Amino acid sequence: MAFLSYLINGISLGAVYAIIALGYTMVYGIAKMLNFAHGDVIMIGSYVVFCVVSMLNLPVWLGILLSVLVCTALGVTIEAIAYRPLRQATSSLTVLITAIGVSYFLQNVALLIFGANTKAFTSVVPIDAVKIGESLTITGESIVTIIACIIIMIVLTLFVNKTKAGRAMLAVSEDKGAAQLMGINVNKTISLTFAIGSALAAIAGVLLCSAYPSLTPYTGSMPGIKAFVAAVFGGIGSIPGAFIGGIILGIIENLSKAYISSQLSDAIVFCVLIIVLVVKPTGLLGKKLQEKV
Amino acid sequence: MKELFKKNKDTLITLGIVTGAYVLIEILLKAGAVSSLFKGLLVPLCSYIILAVSLNLTVGILGELSLGHAGFMCIGAFTSAFFSKITVGVINPGWLRFVLAIIIGFFFAGLFGFLIGMPVLRLKGDYLAIVTLAFGEIIKNVINVLYIGRDSRGFHFSIKDSVSLGLEEDGQMLINGAQGITGTPKDSNFTAGFILIMITLIIILNFIKSREGRAVMAIRDNVIAAESVGINVTRYKLLAFSLSAALAGVAGVLYSHNLNSLMATTKNFGYNMSIMILVFVVLGGIGSIRGSVISAIILTLLPELLRGLSNYRMLIYAIVLIAMMLFNWAPSARAFRERMVARLPFFKKKSAEKEV
Repeated sequence: MAFLSYLINGISLGAVYAIIALGYTMVYGIAKMLNFAHGDVIMIGSYVVFCVVSMLNLPVWLGILLSVLVCTALGVTIEAIAYRPLRQATSSLTVLITAIGVSYFLQNVALLIFGANTKAFTSVVPIDAVKIGESLTITGESIVTIIACIIIMIVLTLFVNKTKAGRAMLAVSEDKGAAQLMGINVNKTISLTFAIGSALAAIAGVLLCSAYPSLTPYTGSMPGIKAFVAAVFGGIGSIPGAFIGGIILGIIENLSKAYISSQLSDAIVFCVLIIVLVVKPTGLLGKKLQEKV
Repeated sequence: MKELFKKNKDTLITLGIVTGAYVLIEILLKAGAVSSLFKGLLVPLCSYIILAVSLNLTVGILGELSLGHAGFMCIGAFTSAFFSKITVGVINPGWLRFVLAIIIGFFFAGLFGFLIGMPVLRLKGDYLAIVTLAFGEIIKNVINVLYIGRDSRGFHFSIKDSVSLGLEEDGQMLINGAQGITGTPKDSNFTAGFILIMITLIIILNFIKSREGRAVMAIRDNVIAAESVGINVTRYKLLAFSLSAALAGVAGVLYSHNLNSLMATTKNFGYNMSIMILVFVVLGGIGSIRGSVISAIILTLLPELLRGLSNYRMLIYAIVLIAMMLFNWAPSARAFRERMVARLPFFKKKSAEKEV
């Protein structure tokens, strides 16, 4: 029974990673860049909810809505100011460093406004824990997180494959030049991708802080890195890959915390990643690129 | 003699800059014009320079993105501090012990670079970056659960806690898990740092010019072409990667022998550190060794110079970083800069000459 509860907690943690990883993977697929600031967008989103719900005592739905709006605006602004001018740059490293700069910037803005002290985040999930049998308890947060993740996956898959804007995204990620020739507005499509990724980050932030109720300016960075690992694990650029990668990562992390060592759990997660990549260099569901001479 | 000078002009300029900076700071130190805060920053600064230069070998010369450089530094730091701690009082004088510690740090970091490089260098681009990041984190995490003690019966190891070592009463803790190593002899100083920087620069600048270095650069520019002229890609990639890791280990030795208690935290050996070094390399110019030295100095001192602004300093640092990247690399900013420069009377002639 204990195993089952660890497993469910792992899936719930993995669902959060999966939602964050979706943001990474979509941005990578379309802009071919590692958005290191993604984790910090999560943190900003959580602070917005914290302000609205805990400090102003406004309803939870308003907090989540505002957080999604702020993060979306933030994501689009960051892309327009910091990343777009560098899109044609010769080295892809430059965008990476700029993203790191943006990440420092967001962390320090939060540090200046809210201070370094840990804020106690009150869970926004109104559902009580469900008890099955004697020892198995599933928290409301776990249930909501897993359901939210599944809904987001389904909606996103439908959006990308069925709508015009979604297919424009696929086209841009395949070949920017050709997409432009077909009349797709590349800038707008990339902005849209950042907007969706950041909105997902806001939701992930709320879920993450409801399950682990402490909030500091550095809250987002480690989950951000882990989610990025999850995205690579599943094959970066692939939406189902991010989902599978996130869930597997969450399960491995929680089980190794429970059965092996809580301090070594990160090391074990990273070990699994390395083994997967060495055996299958493009991740679980990644596309294999043909090398041209 | 003259020809020798001409051939090595670039190297000599770089070494000259470092020597000049060293002499200047030594004079300032003797004159007492240096705050104690700045004094405390000198040895870390030296190790950051070595790290930046060695990472530039991987990123600039080999052309592979590594986000785990701090992991190699960590290995160098811990192996050498461990060595120094068990041999303190056994090997005299202190400088000999320090030289041996440096060799040990160099060797072990290089060995790990080799072992990690073997499977990892098959990957490309961002995948390689994330795996190096993963290795850096693994190294840090494993060191955090490592307990080593010594008593009359010999050495004891554990990865659980200090109690399970079963030390005797007079036993001595050597590595105490997350508390790391305490009581490392303080062997490193600014002069030692300077000498190590010079040695690192000479090794790397000569490596770049050597046959091996040219092979590595050929691989960076075009793997398939390099392979087709008979360059052993795996061998040269591994060589450059291990050398870079080994030199990061030397930086770790310098860093650890400056601290009384050495702990592996996210801040000093985690990915934050790796990223900071990468920022030095990219801002200084990928592939430019001199640029790495200069940007490491400026970016280490910048937050200290901004200390008067207290809380705003890291914010300003972030803004400066973004602005510099945009100004240096955005195609529109570059075009704007060229237009502005062309308008200045002094540069006008030069650019006109160039066109002819």
